[in-house]
Amino acid sequence: MSTATLQQTRRPKINLAVIAPIVALVVLVLIGIAMNPNFLSFANITNVLARSAFIGIIAIGMTFVITAGGLDLSVGSMAAFVAGLMILVMNLLTENMGGGLPVILIGVALALFAGLAAGFINGILITRAGIEAFILTLGTMGIYRSLVTWLADGGTLSLGYEMRELYRPVYYGGIMGISWPIIVFAALAILGEIVMRHTAFGRHCAAIGSNEKVARYSSVAVLRVRLMTYVMLGLLVGIAVVMYVPRLGSASATTGLLWELEAIAAVIIGGTLLKGGFGRVWGTVVGVLILSLIGNLLNLTDFVSPYLNGAIQGVVIILAVVLQRNTGTAR
Amino acid sequence: MTSPVLALEGVTKSFGPIEILHGVDFALHPGEVHALIGENGAGKSTTMKILAGYLDPTGGQVTFDGKPIRFAGSDEAEDRGIIMIHQEFNLAEHLSVDQNVFLGRELRRGPFLDHKSMRARTAELLSQLECRVDPATPVNQLSVPDKQMVEIAKALSRKARVLIMDEPTAVLTGRETEVLFRQIERLRAEGVAILYTSHKLGEVKRIADRVTVLRDGTMIRSDRTTDVTEDDMAAAMVGRELSDLFPAKVGGGADAILEVGGVSVPGVVEGASLSLRKGEVLGIGGLVGSGRTELAEAIAGLRPRSGTVRLKGQELPPNQVAHAMRAGLAYLTEDRKGAGLLLDKTLRENLTLPLLETFGRPLIDRGREEAALDRAIDDFAIRAPERGMAVGDLSGGNQQKLLLAKTLLSDPEVVIIDEPTRGIDIGTKQQIYTLIAKLAAEGRSIIVISSEMPELIGLAGRVIVMHAGRIAGELAGDAVTEGNIVRLAMGMDDNKEDSAA
Repeated sequence: MSTATLQQTRRPKINLAVIAPIVALVVLVLIGIAMNPNFLSFANITNVLARSAFIGIIAIGMTFVITAGGLDLSVGSMAAFVAGLMILVMNLLTENMGGGLPVILIGVALALFAGLAAGFINGILITRAGIEAFILTLGTMGIYRSLVTWLADGGTLSLGYEMRELYRPVYYGGIMGISWPIIVFAALAILGEIVMRHTAFGRHCAAIGSNEKVARYSSVAVLRVRLMTYVMLGLLVGIAVVMYVPRLGSASATTGLLWELEAIAAVIIGGTLLKGGFGRVWGTVVGVLILSLIGNLLNLTDFVSPYLNGAIQGVVIILAVVLQRNTGTAR
Repeated sequence: MTSPVLALEGVTKSFGPIEILHGVDFALHPGEVHALIGENGAGKSTTMKILAGYLDPTGGQVTFDGKPIRFAGSDEAEDRGIIMIHQEFNLAEHLSVDQNVFLGRELRRGPFLDHKSMRARTAELLSQLECRVDPATPVNQLSVPDKQMVEIAKALSRKARVLIMDEPTAVLTGRETEVLFRQIERLRAEGVAILYTSHKLGEVKRIADRVTVLRDGTMIRSDRTTDVTEDDMAAAMVGRELSDLFPAKVGGGADAILEVGGVSVPGVVEGASLSLRKGEVLGIGGLVGSGRTELAEAIAGLRPRSGTVRLKGQELPPNQVAHAMRAGLAYLTEDRKGAGLLLDKTLRENLTLPLLETFGRPLIDRGREEAALDRAIDDFAIRAPERGMAVGDLSGGNQQKLLLAKTLLSDPEVVIIDEPTRGIDIGTKQQIYTLIAKLAAEGRSIIVISSEMPELIGLAGRVIVMHAGRIAGELAGDAVTEGNIVRLAMGMDDNKEDSAA
């Protein structure tokens, strides 16, 4: 993990909250090693990381949205819609101009643009029309989910066989056995951490989440920064979709189901304040890993049924928030 | 003399390794108003919080009716009749006035709430306070002084034996203060022990029977109020004789640097025009709610407005605060905690927030930020125990100095300072006055908005007075007197017409 300075803005006492997610992650890894020798195998680790990548990429953007005092419930549906749209257009193009690399490139560009546009729509309605983020994104969540169901006519949209073969390496290929989703996730996480901690944009997000009025009086362009967080999140959803589509080559009404909640949970477990004002991207990465390790461990061991995955994740989320409340805002 | 109802005996209090109260003895007697005064950071708040059960003493003991006691929390203290009125309001903003007054102690009839009696009882309390507020109004629609009155009504509604008031008059106008004093006198006659804090020594002299001075966590002196003068109190608080509080005034140049023409903000300001000369200190007076702050915010680009604002001949567009700041105009808000500083962030993050882009792009240069903080700490004599601490843990005076440093970071030519010394102690006040005079001497132009008459008279060469959203008149030179300002502020002067229709 990024070892980005532990000396936070708070007093030394609160270090517990800072390191708690890392401790939890280490404990999970130790449990994994103890229970199954295969846990540390290269194949298992890369598998866990590759599967975390989609949620992880989205959660990086969610960290900025939440830090700035916002929320986005629509990302899961948005991902499904963008994936559906991408597959539909790529299939159409294959029919008309034959397959090949150009079709993939157009599909990728379309996914990125669609994500960006969807994020922009969320952001502009929240900042300019002044609609509560929770309500607005609850609305767009329903809209995108229903649109993808409609596009797929209630079934599944599948990428043509030829295209799928050509596109496969984006998920399954990589450098030195490390697949592209992991590489992209890692690169974006590092970039996100730098943006959050070392740029005016990251600082402005925290300032707005901490006290919007103070930010406005300090001549921070509050609306623009807020809008940017949603646009950025939309773009990251687009990137996640670009990595996701080659995995199964299809999209349906259940694609990306509950991704928004997993992304939000990862952000909170990582130590970002749900009410905004403080966020850290490396924490979010740890949060994503914790959530996917829980699922992986349950699959590798027999003690607990994998069906209880959600229950255990729920407990972890609640614990994270309790910990946050006891240490973060204690006076 | 009666025996004290609530007292501290040799109380010490430490936060971590730092002891901030050193063996304080303090007693509250029934039927006595006891004033506790001291600079910010002297330990007044801590003393009050220990008395009201919010904090436990580290050493020494609290006695109640002569017996040592340890409150489990403020609830237990309240059950015993020890009520504290906080400086920051403890009101549920979305609930109505009567719901707030009876919050947690709702009157019932059977299993249901007795809305009628609660409303009637609230109306009665408010009328005692001469506060014309409908008990059904949600608290978030009230003005700040009315909120204070609701807090007081809430305290009065209980059977109080000890009433602790933390600067209750800081946000009240003169008339409201009179009403409050009558209530305090009534409670005193009923045998309630009252602790009263204020930075306004005139008030202390008037209302208190006994006055105790705290300095740096130590009790300096405790006297009958009749035995000490205001100067004695001020000297004891600061630990030195206060020379003249206000520095000499600097005359401004002849050229207008800021010209405001017919500025209106719907509902609050109407057709205000003024001009500010280079190197001048211009005062704006008027009652709370007369539109002073709204006018300043409109000029600074923080509110939509009509009319023109010209800085050095360049027109400033409305509602664009960043543009105004880049052009050289900065505004220091009266609402330090709500709009001025991020209380949960460090000094550094607060200081550089308005100008973050100039500290390196795309990556912020931490070293330059730290250097800027070093300079601010030196220039403004900010006393922070720790560099990395949250700004909310600083004393009010140091917060204000940091806010000044933040506002002046952009090196503005025109500075509008709204309530430069609200809720800060007399020593820091003097520092801030000196600073304002120094800024003017450097050729900057300053507008000072203040509710404190001596401040306007002492600082400004020229004073504009607002009344009900309009500029009621302008005073200059020897005409700047308390009487003239009050007359204009109350809308009693008909000689001068509004500058614009």
